[in-house]
Amino acid sequence: MIQQQSRDERLFHTLGYIVVGIMAVICIFPMYLIIVGSFMSNEVIVKYGFSLWPEAFSLDAYRLIFDNPKHILDAYKVTIIVTVCGTLLLLFLCTMTGYVLSRQDYKYRNKFSFYFFFTTIFGGGLVPFYILAVNYLKFKEHPLIAMITPGIFGYFYVIIIRTYISKIPSSITESVKIDGANDFTIYARIIMPISKPILATVGLFSALGFWNDWFNCMLFVSEKKFYNLQYYLYTTLNSVAPMNAVMANANISYTTPPTHTFKLAMTIVTIGPILLLYPFLQKYFIKGIAVGAVKG
Amino acid sequence: MSKPAIHATPLQQKRRKGVFYELFIKHPILTLMIAPAVLYIFVFSYLPMLGIVIAFKDYTYAKGIFGSDWAGFKNFKFLFQTGVIYRVTINTILYNLAFLTVDIVAQMTIAVFLSELTNKYFKKITQTMLLLPFFISWVVAGAIVFNILSYRYGVINNVLTSLGLEKVDIMNNPTIWPPIIVFFRMWKGIGYGSIVYLANIMGIDQEIYEAAKIDGASIFQRVKYITLPLLKPTIVILILLSLGNIIRGDFAMFYNLTGNNALLLDVTDIIDTFVYRSLMTMQNYSMSTAAGLYQSVLGFFIIVTVNTIIKKVQPDYTLF
Repeated sequence: MIQQQSRDERLFHTLGYIVVGIMAVICIFPMYLIIVGSFMSNEVIVKYGFSLWPEAFSLDAYRLIFDNPKHILDAYKVTIIVTVCGTLLLLFLCTMTGYVLSRQDYKYRNKFSFYFFFTTIFGGGLVPFYILAVNYLKFKEHPLIAMITPGIFGYFYVIIIRTYISKIPSSITESVKIDGANDFTIYARIIMPISKPILATVGLFSALGFWNDWFNCMLFVSEKKFYNLQYYLYTTLNSVAPMNAVMANANISYTTPPTHTFKLAMTIVTIGPILLLYPFLQKYFIKGIAVGAVKG
Repeated sequence: MSKPAIHATPLQQKRRKGVFYELFIKHPILTLMIAPAVLYIFVFSYLPMLGIVIAFKDYTYAKGIFGSDWAGFKNFKFLFQTGVIYRVTINTILYNLAFLTVDIVAQMTIAVFLSELTNKYFKKITQTMLLLPFFISWVVAGAIVFNILSYRYGVINNVLTSLGLEKVDIMNNPTIWPPIIVFFRMWKGIGYGSIVYLANIMGIDQEIYEAAKIDGASIFQRVKYITLPLLKPTIVILILLSLGNIIRGDFAMFYNLTGNNALLLDVTDIIDTFVYRSLMTMQNYSMSTAAGLYQSVLGFFIIVTVNTIIKKVQPDYTLF
């Protein structure tokens, strides 16, 4: 059925296409600039600066990165380990807590909720946490633990999971209870399989958080081989030392080192997996955002 | 609270009320299951609260938290007398107000348009593009800032020179930075935020729109009199949440976007970056703790006040 659009509607739609279109272009334009810059010749950049269009195409920066990829591979390894372990631990901790808090017959669930909630509105601040982590928990000697543990619990995730589990009809768990299953078995065998959609959502958000984290690495990690991707990128952007380290062991010699393109190429190598996975994961994230949104 | 159990003996009644009975006899497994999270929060959130005493001491590493000498309110006095705390507090609040306004307007505009537009492919593609910055870390955003704004190499200056114009030093110009930060914050959050609003618009009963159409309401009237009023609860809740957090800042954003540039501190220093700087560069643990405690206490009272007022005025919107 073809509907006749009124003049108002045509105007509104035209406006909409223009505004949304421009905003969408603004959102990806910086990515485009980084990609363009990373493929430029460094000499041209030194002379004229970064440009809007690819000029003087060169693969120097990428050649340098892939010629001696030890550092970036180390960083990838650290980030992958931290992201996988962190996300699994977070899911375990948050689902278990969410399940207990969803149990209406657990009398102290509101007290526990408040115990968790209170820490979201009041805290000791950065310094006491830092002293605890460094002096007492020895985070500086255990870089992986230092990057994983601070991020494995989120009360917001617990609430989302609890809300989801609360909607599971109790008739499903009743029958198993009669068969003598204990609470943990119910959680592991019944609740978790049913909650897969929310596990996927929370898992993805948490994985993104671990992947993009650099703060804990900056605070606690001093050994270079334990730098995660984001922090390695951070050091690359802010000093020439990481590039010189790569250059020192590279088989290629350059008349001028690709200082600027190296930074941009490193940025692309860092966000590469996200850019590749993004189109496939996008819909789960959108679903996840909407879950949190409708709840308010 | 507890219902009297008619057939229970006094002993049973007493046991039923006990904390120990509830936690360890009646539901031992549930208690065991919540224990890791309770322990985790105790170690990572409640133990650091003890560290608040550092704010009232002259902390030295050698003497430790409890062995260091008491300093009274010296650390706080320093913060207020030098005026540094006023500067960072005002910056934090002004930035948050700017974020709040710009984010709501931008996100809602996009959401309202997306909800009315009919071309499926356009909507899908633009939504993908809009959400992309959400996945980009602030470190990468820092690289973008350098790429675009740098005096010698930035894209903007490159374009200006090729047009025969003078170069502009954006990186070290304080007056231009607040809009830049507000812009990048909007850039990173617009996809996420517009989905939040869009999800709520999709929840609106389509019959209302049909009825309005039949009554001859134009599309502008439908947006003005149906969509916006029905989004009010969402907007109000998001505003209240941001007001509750008005004293808290996004450290990663400020630190990476400005590259910790000392020339910009007057306009880009917020409480969180100040706390970090006094800890890491000045190594002043006590003053840094004091500033953090000031933020925490102020934030706590703001949240509680906001919540109390809402409870009186509009109980549906309470945060907790």
